[in-house]
Amino acid sequence: MEQLIQQIINGISLGSIYALIALGYTMVYGIIKLINFAHCDIYMIGAYIGYVCMSKLGLGFLPSLLASMLFCTVLGITIERIAYRPLRNATRIAALITAIGVSLFLEYTTMFFASANVRTYPSMTGFMAKTYKIGDIVISTQQILIAVITVILMVLLQVIVKKTKIGKAMRAVSMDKDAAELMGINVDTTISFTFALGSALAGAAGILVGIYYNSINPLMGVLPGLKAFVAAVFGGIGIIPGAMLGGYVIGIIEVFVSGYGYSMYRDAVVFAILILILIVRPAGLLGKNTGEKV
Amino acid sequence: MLEINNLNVHFGVIHALKGISLTVNDGEIVTLIGANGAGKTTTLRTISGLKKPTSGDIILNGENITGMSAQQRVNKGISHAPEGRRVFPAMTVLENLEMGAYLRKDKPEIARDLKMVYDLFPVLSDRQKQPAGTLSGGEQQMLAIGRALMSRPKILLLDEPSMGLAPLLVQEIFNIIRGVNKAGTTVLLVEQNAMMALQIAHRAYVMETGSIVLHGTGEELLQSDQVKKAYLGG
Ligand SMILES: Nc1ncnc2c1ncn2[C@@H]1O[C@H](COP(=O)(O)OP(=O)(O)O)[C@@H](O)[C@H]1O
Ligand SMILES: [Mg+2]
Repeated sequence: MEQLIQQIINGISLGSIYALIALGYTMVYGIIKLINFAHCDIYMIGAYIGYVCMSKLGLGFLPSLLASMLFCTVLGITIERIAYRPLRNATRIAALITAIGVSLFLEYTTMFFASANVRTYPSMTGFMAKTYKIGDIVISTQQILIAVITVILMVLLQVIVKKTKIGKAMRAVSMDKDAAELMGINVDTTISFTFALGSALAGAAGILVGIYYNSINPLMGVLPGLKAFVAAVFGGIGIIPGAMLGGYVIGIIEVFVSGYGYSMYRDAVVFAILILILIVRPAGLLGKNTGEKV
Repeated sequence: MLEINNLNVHFGVIHALKGISLTVNDGEIVTLIGANGAGKTTTLRTISGLKKPTSGDIILNGENITGMSAQQRVNKGISHAPEGRRVFPAMTVLENLEMGAYLRKDKPEIARDLKMVYDLFPVLSDRQKQPAGTLSGGEQQMLAIGRALMSRPKILLLDEPSMGLAPLLVQEIFNIIRGVNKAGTTVLLVEQNAMMALQIAHRAYVMETGSIVLHGTGEELLQSDQVKKAYLGG
C-alpha cells in the first residue's frame, strides 16, 4: 500500500511535467491544427535558461522559473512568426516538415552554444533539499514544488482561457477562424498568444525537470516531448483538460511500469498506449469521436 | 451606405465575381438572389473582408474600405452573419453573444444590446447557459443573427438565414429581419428563398454565375417574368 502511494506521488511529479508540455501541443494543435514538433525543444531550452540562471547567475528558483518562462514565451512567439505564419495557407504536411526543421535547428543551435555534453543543475540546498517522511513514504520539496507550481499554472491557464477576452478569442479561433474574424478578432495575434502560453508552460516544465532530475542535455526534449504528445492524444488533442489528465495518467503509468521492475519497457508501454488509443478511441478520452483527428 | 464598384474576385483560376457593382442605401433592405454557385456568398465575404478582391472598390459611407482588415470593418459598422450560421459550438449562447461585442468596450451599452437581442429572441434568453452546439437549427440561426447584432452594426449582412428551416420558422426569421431594419439597421440579405426575400426587400439584385443580371425594387422583380421563371417556380 505504501509503495503504491509512493509510486503515485512519483508519478504525479513526472506527470506534471508531461501535462505542462502536453498543454502546449494541444493548444497549438487546437488553433492551427499543427503538431508543433519544435515544442519539445522549447521545453529543453527552458531547462537551459533555468540552468544559466541558477548555476551561472546564481539566481534563486522562483526568479529563474520566471526568466525561463519569459524567454520561452518570446521564443515561441518568434518561431510562430518566422517559421509557421508564412505557411498559414500551405498544406499541413509542409507545416509539419517545417516544424521538424525548427526542432532540429533548436537542438543543434543549443549544441553549438552549450555543447552536447550533459549539464548538471546546482545541487539543492537547505529548504529545497528537504525530504519529508510519512511512515515509509518519502516526499521531497522538489516534488511538492512541481505539483504545486503545475496546479497553479493550470488554474491560471483555465482562468485565462475561460475568463479573459484574449482567452475567449483563442477558443473562438480554434472553433471557427472565419467566424472569429467576423467578430473582429485578430486571428494572428490570437495565434501568437497561444504559442506564448504553450511555450511559457514548456519553459516552466524545463526548469522543473532541471531541479528534479538535475541533468540536462540538448536532446532531452525528444522523448518527454513524444510522451507529452501521447498524453495530449490520450486526453483528446485540442482539449485542454484532456492534456492535463493525459499528462498525469502517462506519468503515473510510466512510474508504475518502472517501479514494478519493468523499467526497460516503460517507453514501449507509453507508445503501446498511443497505438491502443488510436485504435479504440481515436478522439481521446475527453474527445468526441468526429472522425478526422491527428 | 454601401457601394460596390466593379468588383472582381478570383479563386485561383475561377473567376467568381465578374465586375459586379451594387448599392445599398441607408435604411434599406436590399436582397441579392440567385442560384447556387452564383457568387452571393463570395460577395458578402468580400464585403466583410474574409476574401480579398482582385480589383474593384468597396465604399462604406464614402470611405474606401477595400484594403481594410475584417477587424477594421467590424469597427466601421459592418456585421456579417455567415452562411451555415457558424456559431461557436462549444461556447454557451451568452458567450457567443459576447463574442459579437468583442471590439466594444461600452459595458452598459453592451448589456442593453444583450437585452435587446433577448427580447428579439426570447428562446435565446432561456438557453443562455447552454452550449450553442446543442441548439436546434432555427435557434442557431437566431443566435447567429443576434451575435451579428451585438456589434451594433450600421449594415447587417445576412447569408441565407432561412436555409434548412421549417416554413413557420422562416416566416419568423423574416419578420425579425424586417423588425431589425425598422429599428434602423440597413440590411443586405442573400437568399435562395427568392419569394420571401423579394417580399421584404426594398430593392433587389439578381446574380448569375458571377454577374448581376437584373435589378429593381422587390415589387418589380416579383412581377418580372424572368425572375418568375427562374426563381419563383413559374
Ligand atoms: N473557397 C473556394 N475555393 C474555390 N472556389 C470557390 C470557393 N468559394 C466559392 N468558390 C466558387 O465561387 C463561385 C461562387 O460561389 P458562392 O459565392 O459560394 O456562391 P453562392 O453563395 O451564390 O452559392 C462558385 O463557382 C464556387 O465554386
Ligand atoms: Mg452561398
